[in-house]
Amino acid sequence: MSLNLWRYASPQTFYRFAGTLAPWFLGLAAALTAAGLYIGFFVAPTDFQQGQAYRIIFIHVPAAWMSMFIYVVMAFWCAVGLALNTRLSFMMALALAPTGAMFTFVALWTGALWGKPTWGTWWVWDARLTSELILLFLYIGFLSLHAAIDDVRRADRAAALLALVGAVNVPIIYFSVQWWSTLHQGASVSLTRAPSMAATMLVGMLLMSLAAWMYAIGVSFLRLRSIVLERESGADWVRELLRAPA
Amino acid sequence: MLEALGLDCIRGQRRLFRDLSFDLAPGQMLWVLGPNGSGKTTLLRLLCGLLRPDGGGVRWKGKDVRRFSETFHEDLLYLGHAPAGKEDLSSRENLCFGLAQMGIGVASHEVDSALEEFGLADLETIPARALSQGQRRRAALTRLAFGADRPLWILDEPFTALDTQAVELVRVHLARQQTRGGCVVFTSHQDIEFPGAVKQVQLVQ
Amino acid sequence: MTAIGLAPVFAAVVRRDLTLALRRRSDVLTTLFFFVIVVSLFPLGVGTQSNILRSIAPGVVWVAALLASMLALVRLFASDFDDGTLEQLTLSPQPLVLLVAGKVLAHWLVSGLPLVLIAPLLGLQFDLPAAALRTMTVALLLGTPCLSLIGAVGAALTLGVRGAGGLLALLVLPLYIPVLIFGAGAVSAALDGMSVNGQLSVLGALLLIALALAPWAAATALRIALE
Repeated sequence: MSLNLWRYASPQTFYRFAGTLAPWFLGLAAALTAAGLYIGFFVAPTDFQQGQAYRIIFIHVPAAWMSMFIYVVMAFWCAVGLALNTRLSFMMALALAPTGAMFTFVALWTGALWGKPTWGTWWVWDARLTSELILLFLYIGFLSLHAAIDDVRRADRAAALLALVGAVNVPIIYFSVQWWSTLHQGASVSLTRAPSMAATMLVGMLLMSLAAWMYAIGVSFLRLRSIVLERESGADWVRELLRAPA
Repeated sequence: MLEALGLDCIRGQRRLFRDLSFDLAPGQMLWVLGPNGSGKTTLLRLLCGLLRPDGGGVRWKGKDVRRFSETFHEDLLYLGHAPAGKEDLSSRENLCFGLAQMGIGVASHEVDSALEEFGLADLETIPARALSQGQRRRAALTRLAFGADRPLWILDEPFTALDTQAVELVRVHLARQQTRGGCVVFTSHQDIEFPGAVKQVQLVQ
Repeated sequence: MTAIGLAPVFAAVVRRDLTLALRRRSDVLTTLFFFVIVVSLFPLGVGTQSNILRSIAPGVVWVAALLASMLALVRLFASDFDDGTLEQLTLSPQPLVLLVAGKVLAHWLVSGLPLVLIAPLLGLQFDLPAAALRTMTVALLLGTPCLSLIGAVGAALTLGVRGAGGLLALLVLPLYIPVLIFGAGAVSAALDGMSVNGQLSVLGALLLIALALAPWAAATALRIALE
């Protein structure tokens, strides 16, 4: 995503670049999802202890990984924006946030769906799920702060600073929650202590993770395009674009 | 000493000014003119380094005001639109705290004479909340009496809400600043006469 | 007329905020009463069995402290922002980071320290033994400055924004969680007769991290808010 950055730092160039690439990423995501789900749901062996229900980890774990990975990438673009004052960096962070929040939400839901047949309750206060919940709050905080500030430039910078503060806090929060959950529940309860991994299971999860990654890039590019259009609406190139027949 | 180089400013969706440049030598005054909403306050805040320009830069003694802000602040006296004082504090307290924040230490008798000069001697212990608009403005302007060590004065609407006596007082202080070799940048709607030449920048909508 | 250095300027900032707080005593007392009321609500909601009360006391006191701290935060920069004194603060020749630390110090003295002093009395309502009360005091002494520091960043980010109070809560409460976990954890451990050194050390470490990073983040956020 960042090889020839300076050339693509202009919103106009990036708009076209993103438009060309997005369909490829989304197509790749679809293919990888199909492959991953096939392996996850049909090929990987049934787990000895957890039965068929465990298969939800093929969605839960990639979603959880992506939720954290996207936050890191988002924080990176925020840092770049604050340091170099490039508008596109802020827009990229803003484009990533809803996708990150969505993955966090999916991770929480699938965690609950896994918990019910396995542990009998819809919610388990294990370290990973609780950290995901807090991560969801951080994403929502970022989006809410941005939405609440009228001046777009101030909104960008304030939300960016918040993302960085959150990024610094995430390891601290994770460590605290880990400590707290071992204290209160002992080491036995952990949704993410997945059953010992057969090779096929690992392949399935990796495929799904790659699929999620490709999806995230594709969708963020599309979202970024609409953000660019909205912000640069006064510029000549946008007016020409909108005037030209489709 | 003060240079504005190709300043561009966009606020909201409006471009306030484009490629604005000027420079001020020691002893010069700059009067920023323009209708309401044309960006006068914005320009002054850009010169103070409070705002980041969309293009161009501001330099004081050759150095960018945002990057070398600490040394720049040692040379700056800024009075904004609002008479920057707390409602619950008296004019004396507001003045002392304001000066302390600026890094200026003052003796009690110096504060007394400044307050007297600006006609606030009887009001000095009353909380600012109870003062009239004009009195609050004068309380803010009292800082000018301590601005001798600050080569750059940036004043936003210093003459607003003042009676003729107070206007004259402020003019005298500005003249003294000029004589000392300092620079003054200010805005004003009122038609004030100045003895010497005053540079002007006219902002248009 | 002379130039003055960092220490007098820092002292002036702290003194000014303390003077202002003393003149608006009602604001300060409101925070304290809020703390007391919230803590007192729990027995009303949970029942008065002393073993239950004792076990929830650490969490209750800490959550109430978080909420009370947060209430007080909205005032930290807002009035200075509105009357123009915040601008003047950023134009000081002294580093803004240190002046912000001064404001947070004054804020803690007025909003955090009273909580530390009154919490043991509330702990008695929950029948906490002396060892737990001692630990609670130390933990709050370490934790409430953290809350003020982290909260200052949130307050600076939401300056002048619509719905600042609710938004501030959303932004800041997740960041408070580590302090909550280790603060309440320390008191719970003291209740069980276990060692509290680990938790208190972590609280101390969190305080040091907050002292190092929060004033800088808050100063940056203030500059962003003034742009």
